[in-house]
Amino acid sequence: MPTQHTVRSFDKELNCLSKKIAEMGTHAVHMVERSIIAIVHDDKKLAKQVIADDIFLDEAERKIDEEAILIIARRQPMAVDLREIIGAIRISVDLERIGDMGKNIAKRTAILSDVRQADPFYHGLEAFAALALKQLNEVLDAYACCSLGRIDAVREHDDEIDSMYTSLFRELLTYMLEDPCNITVCTHLLFCAKNIERIGDHATNIAETVHYVITGIYPALERPKDDQTYRLGAGK
Amino acid sequence: MSLLSESHMKPLTRNIGLKRRYRAEKRFRAYGLIAICTGIFFLGALLWSIFSHGYSAFWQTSITLPVRLDAAVIDPQNRRDKNPQVLITANYPILIRNALSEKLSIAPDDHVGLRQVNRMFSSGVRVQLRKMVFDNPQLIGTTQTVTVLAAADIDSAVKGQINLAVPETKRKVSDRQVEWIHELAADGSLYKAFNTGLFTFAASSRPETSGLGAALIGSIYMILIVLALSLPIGVAAAIYLEEYARKNRFTDLIEININNLAAVPSIVFGLLGLAIFINFFGLPRSASLVGGLVLALMTLPTIIITTRSALRAVPSSIRSAALGLGASKIQMLFQHVLPLAAPGILTGTIISLARALGETAPLLLIGMVAFVANYPRTPMDPATALPVQIYMWASEAERAFVERTSGAIIVLLMFLAVMNIAAVLLRRRFEQP
Amino acid sequence: MDSKLKIKMRGLDVKVFYGGKGALHGITLDILENKVIALIGPSGCGKSTFLRCLNRMNDTIEGALVTGRILLDEEDIYDPSVDVVELRARVGMVFQKPNPFPKSIYENVAYGPRIHGLAKSRTELDEIVEQSLIKAGLFNEVKDRLHDVGTSLSGGQQQRLCIARAIAVSPEVILMDEPCSALDPIATAKIEELIDDLRRNYTIAIVTHSMQQAARVSQFTAMFHLGNLVEVGATDTIFTSPQEQRTQDYITGRFG
Repeated sequence: MPTQHTVRSFDKELNCLSKKIAEMGTHAVHMVERSIIAIVHDDKKLAKQVIADDIFLDEAERKIDEEAILIIARRQPMAVDLREIIGAIRISVDLERIGDMGKNIAKRTAILSDVRQADPFYHGLEAFAALALKQLNEVLDAYACCSLGRIDAVREHDDEIDSMYTSLFRELLTYMLEDPCNITVCTHLLFCAKNIERIGDHATNIAETVHYVITGIYPALERPKDDQTYRLGAGK
Repeated sequence: MSLLSESHMKPLTRNIGLKRRYRAEKRFRAYGLIAICTGIFFLGALLWSIFSHGYSAFWQTSITLPVRLDAAVIDPQNRRDKNPQVLITANYPILIRNALSEKLSIAPDDHVGLRQVNRMFSSGVRVQLRKMVFDNPQLIGTTQTVTVLAAADIDSAVKGQINLAVPETKRKVSDRQVEWIHELAADGSLYKAFNTGLFTFAASSRPETSGLGAALIGSIYMILIVLALSLPIGVAAAIYLEEYARKNRFTDLIEININNLAAVPSIVFGLLGLAIFINFFGLPRSASLVGGLVLALMTLPTIIITTRSALRAVPSSIRSAALGLGASKIQMLFQHVLPLAAPGILTGTIISLARALGETAPLLLIGMVAFVANYPRTPMDPATALPVQIYMWASEAERAFVERTSGAIIVLLMFLAVMNIAAVLLRRRFEQP
Repeated sequence: MDSKLKIKMRGLDVKVFYGGKGALHGITLDILENKVIALIGPSGCGKSTFLRCLNRMNDTIEGALVTGRILLDEEDIYDPSVDVVELRARVGMVFQKPNPFPKSIYENVAYGPRIHGLAKSRTELDEIVEQSLIKAGLFNEVKDRLHDVGTSLSGGQQQRLCIARAIAVSPEVILMDEPCSALDPIATAKIEELIDDLRRNYTIAIVTHSMQQAARVSQFTAMFHLGNLVEVGATDTIFTSPQEQRTQDYITGRFG
């Protein structure tokens, strides 16, 4: 913000809130990253760590809620401050969900290690996760520096995630058609892909929230939000 | 435990000069108390001196005795039917002297004794009996019970104001007269009665027959004139200046002048009255009209100033409220501002009236320091005023006049007290909405 | 703004000078019928000055000069043919400090109708007084003591009495100059509730220092700063996403 509040402790409280969001973001990104590593390299120990780490995000989310409510009660924020606080609440929810996705992926590591397949099976997922995480990092950066330009860039990249998800879906479908023995591993990988796709959605949500925090209006709804895989059948 | 030890380390009280500050306050209170006590002492001394000298003026020695209105004395040639002048020129004091000497059984050839008897009663009896006989000539030849005033010296003796230890030749009352006083007082014909004459008599050279009558009427005339002139003019001027006049150099000038006028010594107003009302307009000297005009001029600035401050003290929120409802300016002024300012205006007016009532100096210049023996019938007739009467009596030498001076001061103070109490009461009444 | 809303008052390039010094620098602002418009801004921004222009209360200030036009139902209220007394009967005012006359409650309310001759008989006047007090939400509290002095009421009741007094002359517009700044929160809430009720029959312009109050009671908000109109718009927009940086800074408490 260009100028400070007359009441400086208000500034401190807001800064504290956004710092917590940033922390949560870093943590969520880290969790997803590690869950992918665990699943790709079959690292059960790392997966356990990731699952245990989720508690941090749950707690952080609750703390942000509490703090936001306190600020609203104490300061009766208006305009950008109000949006910032509401934004923080919503972003924290999204980040917590992203953490859950990471945890969900990590949980599958144990089962997948029993039916371990060749590396190429995992390459698609790894690339897909990298793209989603790049999106998420972009959004978090945009939030940290209140940059509208970067937000728009994120929203444009959203289509890439959708198309990559569709192609990954096809790929895994193909593996399953080739050999029914692949079905178990591919189904799990599909769920992982779905989770990563959800992470991308949450990143987009965050982007929209940040857009609202900065401008006061929600971005237009022209973006095709759904994943397109519901049209895909086994034969196509 | 740690809290306790911490508080031990810190001194409980800091030296911030409390003792010195309290001492200063005590000292200051003592100064105030001393000042007030001094004021009360002087006020008490003043009041004590006035009342101790003056209270006896409200009592007057009178002698009641049967008087034979002897035709041989009043009208020896029996010409009163043709010439009523006889009744006016008759020697009435002889009748009283005879009646009194008879009562005191003094031989008709005791000339010294008769002269002393003559000095027992006021020579005002001449006027008193003349009025009685002239109003009702049938009384001639009858015996009437008449109450006459004792002479001033006898009055003083009765009141114990004459030191009887002084040798007889050096005092105004002889031993025989003192004996007579005792004799008459013993059978109840000489007694002290409330002195109505103090309020009804006009000026006289004899203390016992002089009173404040003319001065009271003159003062009342003047107060009424002052009230009738300065209240409407003063309030109107104040309203205009406060509510309507634009603030510019001219109104500033007027304001400064009004403030200065309020501080002008009153005698200057007397000079003004002399020059304008008497010399220029040719109004009669000594008239209460002129006195009233001069006093009105004198009180006007005070009334304007008090009225303006009373108007200014009306909260502006009341004005806004009235205007905001669509009241016109005059409705706002007369329905809201003036009623709220009324207590202040009235107090100011009554206090300046009281000041006018006590004013002497300007009246001296316009000739109100006159010997007025008759009641003024109109404000154009010569009159005096209460403070002027006090001034005149104060310059008389006789003991009885000293007493009357203080008596008159008491009357004046009573008037002022009544006016101030009226101011307080009116204020209370108006302040209760 | 919505086209079916009627413009009740309109200020066109209103400038005010106090003794030659500009206090308002050309305000153009519409006030819509049966809406509450809140005028906000820091102290000395001219919001009260503008409000006082709307019923020409500035006339009473010596050296005040108003230029531009203010229309009430398309009629310029500064036109020489408009009588200021009549104008003030149409545009009532409630002040910052409750200022009942030091008279009875009844007399306070009856004063306006009486000077304007709105009641033909005593019963009619009684009716007006009762209705006004009912509308101001005060009747039940004072019906047994209508002849007590108005200043004996509590602060909030006094302010509602002032509102009753203002609506007794059936104005079309009610101007309120920080009506709650001297009141406790409960009394404030009652006044706010009252404002919301009154909106059905009157057009209301309210100056307030409390952003929350402006947000609560008004449909439109105009932000003033240094004698200029910074921004005007729907209250919902102003308080969530104002367009102007100065508005933003002011309502979020960042004013330097």
